[in-house]
Amino acid sequence: MTQSHTAKSMTHGEAGLVLAFSISAFLCLFAVAKALDTAFAFHAALASAASLWAVIAIGNRYFARPASLPPQEINGRPNYNMGPIKFSAIMSVIWGIAGFAVGLLIASQLAWPALNLDLPWTSFGRLRPLHTSAVVFAFGGNVLIATSFYVVQKTCRARLAGDLAPWFVVVGYNFFILVAGTGYLLGVTQSKEYAEPEWYADLWLTIVWVTYLLVFLATIIKRKEPHIFVANWFYLAFIVTIAVLHLGNNPALPVSVFGSKSYVAWGGVQDAMFQWWYGHNAVGFFLTAGFLAIMYYFIPKRAERPVYSYRLSIIHFWAIIFLYIWAGPHHLHYTALPDWAQTLGMTFSIMLWMPSWGGMINGLMTLSGAWDKLRTDPVLRMLVVSVAFYGMATFEGPLMSIKVVNSLSHYTDWTIGHVHSGALGWVGFVSFGALYCLFPWLWDRKGLYSLKLVNWHFWVATIGIVLYISAMWVSGILQGLMWRAYTSLGFLEYSFIETVEAMHPFYVIRAAGGALFLIGSLIMAYNLWMTVRVGEAEVQSPLALQPAE
Amino acid sequence: MSFWSRHQIFEKNSIVLIAGILVVIAIGGLVEITPLFYLKSTIEKVDGVRPYTPLELAGRNVYVREGCYLCHSQMVRPLRDEVERYGHYSLAAESMYDHPFQWGSKRTGPDLARVGGKYSDEWHVTHLANPRAIVPQSVMPGYAFLSQTEVDEAGVAAHLSTSRAVGVPYSDDQIANAVADLKAQVDPDNAGVDAFAKRYPKAVARNFDGKGGAPTEMDALVAYLQMLGTLVDFKLYNEKANLR
Repeated sequence: MTQSHTAKSMTHGEAGLVLAFSISAFLCLFAVAKALDTAFAFHAALASAASLWAVIAIGNRYFARPASLPPQEINGRPNYNMGPIKFSAIMSVIWGIAGFAVGLLIASQLAWPALNLDLPWTSFGRLRPLHTSAVVFAFGGNVLIATSFYVVQKTCRARLAGDLAPWFVVVGYNFFILVAGTGYLLGVTQSKEYAEPEWYADLWLTIVWVTYLLVFLATIIKRKEPHIFVANWFYLAFIVTIAVLHLGNNPALPVSVFGSKSYVAWGGVQDAMFQWWYGHNAVGFFLTAGFLAIMYYFIPKRAERPVYSYRLSIIHFWAIIFLYIWAGPHHLHYTALPDWAQTLGMTFSIMLWMPSWGGMINGLMTLSGAWDKLRTDPVLRMLVVSVAFYGMATFEGPLMSIKVVNSLSHYTDWTIGHVHSGALGWVGFVSFGALYCLFPWLWDRKGLYSLKLVNWHFWVATIGIVLYISAMWVSGILQGLMWRAYTSLGFLEYSFIETVEAMHPFYVIRAAGGALFLIGSLIMAYNLWMTVRVGEAEVQSPLALQPAE
Repeated sequence: MSFWSRHQIFEKNSIVLIAGILVVIAIGGLVEITPLFYLKSTIEKVDGVRPYTPLELAGRNVYVREGCYLCHSQMVRPLRDEVERYGHYSLAAESMYDHPFQWGSKRTGPDLARVGGKYSDEWHVTHLANPRAIVPQSVMPGYAFLSQTEVDEAGVAAHLSTSRAVGVPYSDDQIANAVADLKAQVDPDNAGVDAFAKRYPKAVARNFDGKGGAPTEMDALVAYLQMLGTLVDFKLYNEKANLR
């Protein structure tokens, strides 16, 4: 992009996007008229309105901006682009609260089924994908995009590549979430867990995700540092692999281009294998590799210590991305998937324990010489406890992937408990820790509004997690044992419904744990809001948006 | 040059790094997935499995839409208690025409792989409308609204032909008669029932929701539930024959 023009003119990116969104606004309007079902008509209308908004927003931005685009450097120092990061960081907090609240609702529905209200859009079956997508992709995804855009700029000492492209990524991604979420409520789903959105949302996500990869990669390519920092390896692996998984799992043929329903290209056993290759690696690369990148930047930064071992991070990186991809079949033990595939899945899942703990050790030992900070800095404590939860969940995972253990645990709440010790303890806490770091940095504040409130958040959420996962351990193992219990005469001892009835107290405890976790996130939202609103401003250096290094 | 300094090629060159990542993550997926498409032992040879009737397919789409798979598996594992509770363990062949598969991952409610024929139509209709009217301890949502929505007749043939495009062996005859077969299956007095039964062996034509008129989503869902696990005759199934 040239900056020497004296006369103001639109960049190719601005003109191209205005053109593309104008066409899309028109096409989507046409699709509204031709739509075969109301959900599709609604989404087409939404897309048309969003396209129109994008045209206006890009136009306004063009008329308001100076003739030349923001410089790459000011006074020899990189001119970081923080706008899209602020947007993503705020969206992550909003989606997080929404996702935790829906989680609490569906947990309560399992304890008190009357809460389903027997309406289509309020029943468990439609709200559950809303919960998982809101917490994993909306909350977690925005945290990943925000932190990756921040970390890649800081560690490359380069301004984020592209002018409109980073905005396209953050707004486009959140629009995908909106389409996916409203779709679930309207019954639009292809029923593949964690990949429920239908074909048109999948296509849109593909465009957004490829742009994300290009922005990230182009920023690395123009870096001022000779080495690519370790966190960026993990972000890159996360972005690239999620693209591969998304494309592999989702090929589908729509019944009509004007309707929401499609049929997945894969069928039966092959579809099952594709799904859990995707599903487990959504855990491995979205919820693990991406958040390990956060660990590798934010813990050293907050503890003011270098990463414990550079060599360990090299081994950690290659081992974890190589081994994770094999682990999918452990979701299909004793099913009609061939035994050889199940055995491979189990073997690699057990091996996965090693790099997982290697990473945990690398994160925890980064605190060498700074352990005292755990007493005084609740943000660092949150980050460190998240790594401890990571260690716990990545021990439990290999254990549950052993076929005999899995024969008991599979189909029960034990799986739900395991997921949540990872999701609440690891992903949740490392995200909260990152957000607590990021907000003061992004808004040039000296620090958080209140460390005391962070402390409250930490303890309320921790108690919530403990209630949640211990309730699910007990209910899962209890139900698994009840299903296989025999009387002395050789009959099955319990009918299925007796095992459902036995779950009730644990579902109540689980809902209570979820409520505490939600309360914790509300405390965080208030604290972050007050940090932005009334926090003490960082002494301004000549560079705006330059956090203290 | 030591191993650690050799690694610098990845640390200093983003394209090499990305290529390395792609190679490393491709291996596991390729080894585990591709053989499933050509190893003959993956899907057993078995008689009786046929594509869904138009009504069953519509019911299956309701099952998918309402997220039933989130609480009900369709995969009986070869474990003593499961075989006794649900019936013969599931075969890969039984779900070979399922796009997408519905094996599930959680049993908040019981497995449904062999629920077909275990309860009456009336039981299903009452239970779907208000589960606690039949099973007081149940935590299942009610689906009374399914009785109020009719199955979309206009799109039925397109669903069959799209399924065929992704690999389900629907015949031209089946696609051409999709609407007639949809209507015939809920009306045992319909003149087209015989032709329908010929096109879909073992399919049953009944008034599933107990009400007259056009087929509703309740008809469709109950028809789907009632055929689950009924296609393979396990008296004739020889599991040794599939050892290859």
